[in-house]
Amino acid sequence: MVQFSEEKMAKVKEIIARYPEGKQKSALMPILHLAQEEWGWLSAETMDYVAGILSLEPIEVYEVATFYTMYNLKPVGKHVFEVCHTGPCMLRGSDDIIAYIKEKLGIGVGETTPDGLFTLKTAECLGACGYAPMMQMGKHYREHLTPEKIDQIIDECRRNASAAN
Amino acid sequence: MGRKLLLEKAHVEGIRYYDVYRREGGYRSVEKALKSMTPDEVTEEVKKSGLRGRGGAGFPTGMKWSFLAKPEGVPRYLVVNADESEPGTFKDRYLMEFIPHLLIEGIIVSSYALGANTSYIYIRGEYAWIPDILEQAIAEARNNGWLGKNIMGTGYSLEIYVQRGAGAYICGEETALLESLEGKRGNPRIKPPFPAVKGLYDCPTVVNNVETIAAVVPIVNDGGEEYAKIGVGRSTGTKLMSACGNIRKPGVYEIDMTISVEEFIFSDEYCGGIANGKRLKACIPGGSSVPILPANLLLKTAKGETRYMHYESLSDGGFATGSMMGSGGFIVLDEDQCIVKHTYTLARFYRHESCGQCSPCREGTGWMEKILWNIDNGKGKMSDIDLLWDIQGKIEGNTICPLGDAAAWPVAAAIRHFRDEFEWHVKNPAECMQRNYGLAHYADPIHVPVTA
Repeated sequence: MVQFSEEKMAKVKEIIARYPEGKQKSALMPILHLAQEEWGWLSAETMDYVAGILSLEPIEVYEVATFYTMYNLKPVGKHVFEVCHTGPCMLRGSDDIIAYIKEKLGIGVGETTPDGLFTLKTAECLGACGYAPMMQMGKHYREHLTPEKIDQIIDECRRNASAAN
Repeated sequence: MGRKLLLEKAHVEGIRYYDVYRREGGYRSVEKALKSMTPDEVTEEVKKSGLRGRGGAGFPTGMKWSFLAKPEGVPRYLVVNADESEPGTFKDRYLMEFIPHLLIEGIIVSSYALGANTSYIYIRGEYAWIPDILEQAIAEARNNGWLGKNIMGTGYSLEIYVQRGAGAYICGEETALLESLEGKRGNPRIKPPFPAVKGLYDCPTVVNNVETIAAVVPIVNDGGEEYAKIGVGRSTGTKLMSACGNIRKPGVYEIDMTISVEEFIFSDEYCGGIANGKRLKACIPGGSSVPILPANLLLKTAKGETRYMHYESLSDGGFATGSMMGSGGFIVLDEDQCIVKHTYTLARFYRHESCGQCSPCREGTGWMEKILWNIDNGKGKMSDIDLLWDIQGKIEGNTICPLGDAAAWPVAAAIRHFRDEFEWHVKNPAECMQRNYGLAHYADPIHVPVTA
């Protein structure tokens, strides 16, 4: 069953208190972020749960969750590579980086490796144009990418995964 | 070296933290404003400074503030637009990461001027590590008495909260931002009413860019007249430029708007010239939505005069032969870059980011993307170029918000200045898959004045 821990519920209450009385809908996006951190993606059950917390109709949550690209509406790999390929990154070779990751992981854009470790996505401008090519990985950016750097990142993720097992 | 007002201290070690920031003169503007100035006097200094909105539109900030409605008993809000998403633009991120207290200080002074007791910083969701930096700065400011109730015993109270977006360029448009902050889809509102009258929660609201709010700090410290002495004409003060693309030194630079475009690109103090010894082909000087210019029209105006890095000079010649300062996202293309491919990526960006509310934008951006993909991949027809021109013209001006214009302008400018490169793609479908059109004549001196 979907339910925030007590600690997370305290955070939820702190978020709701940022807005005037009766405007708790403003807390929706921050709480969806919180839910996604917790469960990796937003299932219908999760969205209904968030609707309940904020006294919203479930449709009010669905329409927001489907509008913003950062909310995952289906499960993703443990590590999501979101490689920017808009103009300024393209000028610095983002296409080659995407091709390299595809080959290295044997997956296409939008796909996840069979071990569930990696998902490859392309992203539109992430505001790191001067440090291109780059990608978002979870909460952080990986910038000035080269094939060697990609190798290192993938090795690092695999090492961490086998250490965790 | 030009004057620096915002980033002068950005590299002092530990400036991200309160103690160092304060030791370097931080929060003086709050002391000055709250203890010795009325809110209207602060607004007056901002008006005198000539400061223009740094998010892209360049609207005078003091005037925007003076439009704020002030009905009795209704809360007013300052909302800081940190949804920096215009391709080529990464200056606000830099400011928030390196010197976050400057933004917090600017918010306190600006909120005091506007009579706002709550301020929200709306930051793009992908900048996921920056809210932690801002929230730490806010906590430090609060612990030192600059935020909360009855600040410095003046009776003025303020709270600042950080709100993360979740990946939507459209939320940089101020009414879409307000919708998003209210927990809704980022669909821009029909204006009027403007946010100054009916903004967040239907209350009077000012939405300002991060850099704009930061600039209020030196304006209050030194006075609006001093600020206005820097720069040229109506381009007062300093501007943050985020330079990227095929240059030797990509990064964020603070300029005082007196230098030439040539100096900005080729001087070692700024971009350091074109990377890998190549030649300059084209540039988008103010974020992806402003018109791209070929090298010759970038460095000199159609009248043959030197083009400078300020609002008026960058837009000299209008859209026929000029561009715009925009957000300061400076994208440089070298001789090996393909204008068609580059324009395609921008068209794809705008299709992806269109909120879907207005048909011309929702449908038009997708058509432009598909046609440009065809031309880039050797599948284009001559008539496609005219069709693109026709579509962009039918999007521009026909949508609720400026995203439609922002999608139309890059396509229009690419065809206006690089039509022969598009035609070459159509005529040489196999060759265009093997090589680029190159520099061609785009850096040649312009002998005949171009007329609109």
